[in-house]
Amino acid sequence: MSVEITRDDVAHLAGLARIQLDDDELDRLGQELPKIIESVATVSQALEGAGEVEPMSHPTPLRNVFREDVVHECLTPEAALAGAPASEEQRFMVPKILGEE
Amino acid sequence: MTLTQPELVPFEQALTRYEPVMGLEVHVELNTATKMFCGCPTTFGGEPNTHVCPVCLGLPGSLPVVNGKAVESAIRIGLALNCEIAEWCRFARKNYFYPDMPKNFQTSQYDEPIAFDGWTEVEVDGETYRIEIERAHMEEDTGKSTHVGGATGRIHGAEHSLLDYNRAGIPLIEIVTKPIFVPGGKAPAVARAYVQQLRDLMLALDVSDVRMDQGSLRADVNLSLRPHGVTTLGTRSETKNVNSFRSVERAVRYEVSRHAGILDSGQRVVQETRHFHEDTGTTSPGREKSDAEDYRYFPEPDLAPVAPSREWVEELRATLPEPPAERRRRLQAEWGFSDLEMRDTVGAGALDLVASTIASGASPQAARKWWLSELARRANEQGVELSALAITPAQVARIQALVDEGKINDKLARQVFDGVLAGEGEPDEVVEKRGLAVVSDEGALSEAVDRAIAANPDVAEKIRGGKVQAAGALIGAVMKEMRGQADAGRVRELIVEKLS
Amino acid sequence: MGGTTDLAELTGAELADALAAGETTSVEATRACLDRIEALDGTLGSFLHVDAEGALAAAAEADERRSAASPASPLDGVPVAVKDLLCTVGQPTTAGSRILEGWVPPYDATVVTRLRRAGLPILGKTNLDEFAMGSSTEHSAYGPTRNPWDTERTPGGSGGGSAAAVAARLAPLAIGTDTGGSIRQPGALTGTVGVKPTYGGVSRYGIVAMASSLDQAGPVTRTVLDAALLHEVIGGHDPLDSTSIDAPVPPVVEAARRGDVAGLRIGVVKELGGEGFQSGVQARFEESVQLLTEAGATVVEVSCPSFAHALAAYYLVMPSEVSSNLARFDAMRYGLRVFPEGVDDPSAEQVMAATRDAGFGDEVKRRIILGTYALSSGYYDAYYGSAQKVRALVARDFGRAFEQADVLVSPTAPTTAFRMGEKLDDPLAMYLQDVATIPANLAGVPGLSLPAGLAEDGLPVGVQFLAPLQADDRLYNAAAALERLLLEKWGGPLLAPSATEEVSA
Repeated sequence: MSVEITRDDVAHLAGLARIQLDDDELDRLGQELPKIIESVATVSQALEGAGEVEPMSHPTPLRNVFREDVVHECLTPEAALAGAPASEEQRFMVPKILGEE
Repeated sequence: MTLTQPELVPFEQALTRYEPVMGLEVHVELNTATKMFCGCPTTFGGEPNTHVCPVCLGLPGSLPVVNGKAVESAIRIGLALNCEIAEWCRFARKNYFYPDMPKNFQTSQYDEPIAFDGWTEVEVDGETYRIEIERAHMEEDTGKSTHVGGATGRIHGAEHSLLDYNRAGIPLIEIVTKPIFVPGGKAPAVARAYVQQLRDLMLALDVSDVRMDQGSLRADVNLSLRPHGVTTLGTRSETKNVNSFRSVERAVRYEVSRHAGILDSGQRVVQETRHFHEDTGTTSPGREKSDAEDYRYFPEPDLAPVAPSREWVEELRATLPEPPAERRRRLQAEWGFSDLEMRDTVGAGALDLVASTIASGASPQAARKWWLSELARRANEQGVELSALAITPAQVARIQALVDEGKINDKLARQVFDGVLAGEGEPDEVVEKRGLAVVSDEGALSEAVDRAIAANPDVAEKIRGGKVQAAGALIGAVMKEMRGQADAGRVRELIVEKLS
Repeated sequence: MGGTTDLAELTGAELADALAAGETTSVEATRACLDRIEALDGTLGSFLHVDAEGALAAAAEADERRSAASPASPLDGVPVAVKDLLCTVGQPTTAGSRILEGWVPPYDATVVTRLRRAGLPILGKTNLDEFAMGSSTEHSAYGPTRNPWDTERTPGGSGGGSAAAVAARLAPLAIGTDTGGSIRQPGALTGTVGVKPTYGGVSRYGIVAMASSLDQAGPVTRTVLDAALLHEVIGGHDPLDSTSIDAPVPPVVEAARRGDVAGLRIGVVKELGGEGFQSGVQARFEESVQLLTEAGATVVEVSCPSFAHALAAYYLVMPSEVSSNLARFDAMRYGLRVFPEGVDDPSAEQVMAATRDAGFGDEVKRRIILGTYALSSGYYDAYYGSAQKVRALVARDFGRAFEQADVLVSPTAPTTAFRMGEKLDDPLAMYLQDVATIPANLAGVPGLSLPAGLAEDGLPVGVQFLAPLQADDRLYNAAAALERLLLEKWGGPLLAPSATEEVSA
């Protein structure tokens, strides 16, 4: 399985992942990723002749793990905001959010 | 690239050329005590960031645990909408970045909803329309952001947003219809009736407060047009967060007009998210999400699959309220309403209000009369739903009881409604404070009757001659003198006594 | 008891006995560890944060309980080091990343709560590859950890800090986490015991997630018994972790004390060894199998063909989950906030992207991008979907192997400790370090790495034991037997020489 992945693809992925990669990083990942992906793409071959296999999302067979609808103690607003880079009026202060009115 | 904005095409005219196809996505906030994945309270309001914990703040290392009550509610909603309940389903992560979402993914359900393939029937103008339900799935709400600065604060760099995560993680059920095909002219009313019926259903199930004003029921209206005779679907717009029943109807009408204008001018409808504006009844394009198409869903590894046993599902089925259509038929028979009366009651969104008023002791006709005339008029004046009026069915029933007891008459009752709606207290308090009780002083009443007889000798003579129906003129005169605060029935009795 | 260095030489169980007998105090033992950290950790770099004050305070409380003859647990007063991936109230939790520099969590991980409740003074937080991504602890944003056996070499990773600290006797016990081998591979490379319990056996609540369906915390110690004692403290059901198994901890301590392999069926996994494995590693492994046979075990060869694809499946499942788990580090609620250069009045989106570029290291970014790719529309079925199917095949192969054998064995890592920088520019070569440990994470089964002697290069080799889900006790039983046989053969424990030399010098 040959893998085509361009520098533009990496830039698109970085956008999806919200990482502002610089030019060097784009170059480097543009070279590394195809190699890595080529080596992991063998998973499809592994399934040849394996018949029907249910994908395994969880390693143990647990089912129906529920919690009682009972209120627990919350963090104090001080504790909640303690790690915030900035806060105001007991809220997390963040730069303007695009598209917000 | 700015294209000239095509003209809106009047709704009726649009329908001559196009058939609207709707899809409705309704988000219902459940009324569980705690959030979907943690034990923080779901109470509305509250000081900012007081209902938060490591889980709903998305702190590193925190893990979700499913609220069993929310699953129960989801299954009951699914069953009430005649859905299949999944034998096995998983939560999924919907990945996208947005600051009001603490983990930058929403824990939701993707291709394995808890409930799917259902239907419900709504009634509009006496016709029944079947709405097919595609799915009902569980997910979590986001936090709330407030924009600060900007237009008013022009200081450079002053614009920012403030985030409160109290709402983050509140359980939501998203109910999605399949495409709805109904005669075009009925589409707005059907959409409204559907959302209204969902509201009633959620109340009957007692799974949500369904307060549209508080956002605990939010409707998204998807709409596309296709020329008559075409079988493929057109490009749709998604109008978000339509926050009242009336707005649902208006949003459909507006989007039909807008789409028709675009199509008539030979342009293409853009698939986009739009926002509805309550004040103007129009929609405008929403935030562009460049990566909206790639949510990179995958099964949530932190949560075990949900596999409701069939026994549990059947247990929950037994707790369901009567289906809406059956209930309407039963109530109509019980109340003795004509088809027209029933249709008007349902159409006004007054079914539950009338039912509660009757349950509080009023007669069916009296309950219907007050809600559909006096109160409907006031709701209309205020531009709100009947249910949003500041009066309860119990209060309406009490006002009718005061009439039945002869303490007030219909005319005074209207003033009592004024008082209750103005927040002056319970009906009895309003009667007392406003001095509205009918005059029950027999002496004063008798004297007034005597004066009326004396002032109208011709009428009195007719009554003496057996024309009792002429008494109306004398009653009117007495009522006028008593400023309406007399029991008209008693006045009639006195007149007949004195002139026989 | 002699000087503080002697106290630091004690295993956890020996120290617990000494504390119970009143021969020493937790304060003395804790101070002995702190002294060694002070003396050696400048070179080793195994700790990111040392909490001398907190540890001594906890030690004093433990001593009070001991003198009142009401210890909180068998390990009450025995100091422990905790990987800096676990949330700790009052101590920074960085995950080895710039993006969390200085962050102090408002809550404790369940494992930490249990350590505190059992009375173990927490010495500090140990170094790791950033967000536990790596096999050498060179990917820590705060500098690498060095191997006490040879400070020019890595201790393995990601839990190199915990392994090096225990190997160098800076702590008798430590907590690690293992997503693809991060407890066991450093165990092998530093001559320590490392256990990855059954998935769900130890709560993940409060452990900064790398790959949720693979992560598992476990003990890092110098003996099998110590690992079992620590396992018992941290294991067991936690209602805050939906994937936590609601069953008692398997009888691990009893198994570690038993150590009897007579009649035990031991399966040698054909696919985990041979080609690609250093000859000295292979030699020590075969020797171990021979010792077990002599002690009465039946050895069978088992084949797990899907293991050939386990590494590929792992490098799809893991980064996919990573890309989602690490999305929350966005400069909005906690951690680093970086404003993009040359942008006036940047938006939240721009600040997020700039922060994530500045705050994450290369390996983390590489895995996030890889995971984003594997999950993106159009590729999901070929990559993530197929990987999850291979995972099912791996579990199926384990199932079949455990029909033929009670425990499986293999070398833990293909090589002994490698030189620092050797694999840093070759991610694929680095990934191969975990080839033998990854299958257990994919299937959720427990694994243990035990020091099996030194290879031709004089560096430690690890032998790995694997058992079925929730049969962790089998690991301890078999490993304890081999440990005893090896100690008899060597005439004493393997001890990292450089560290001891430096102290005695």
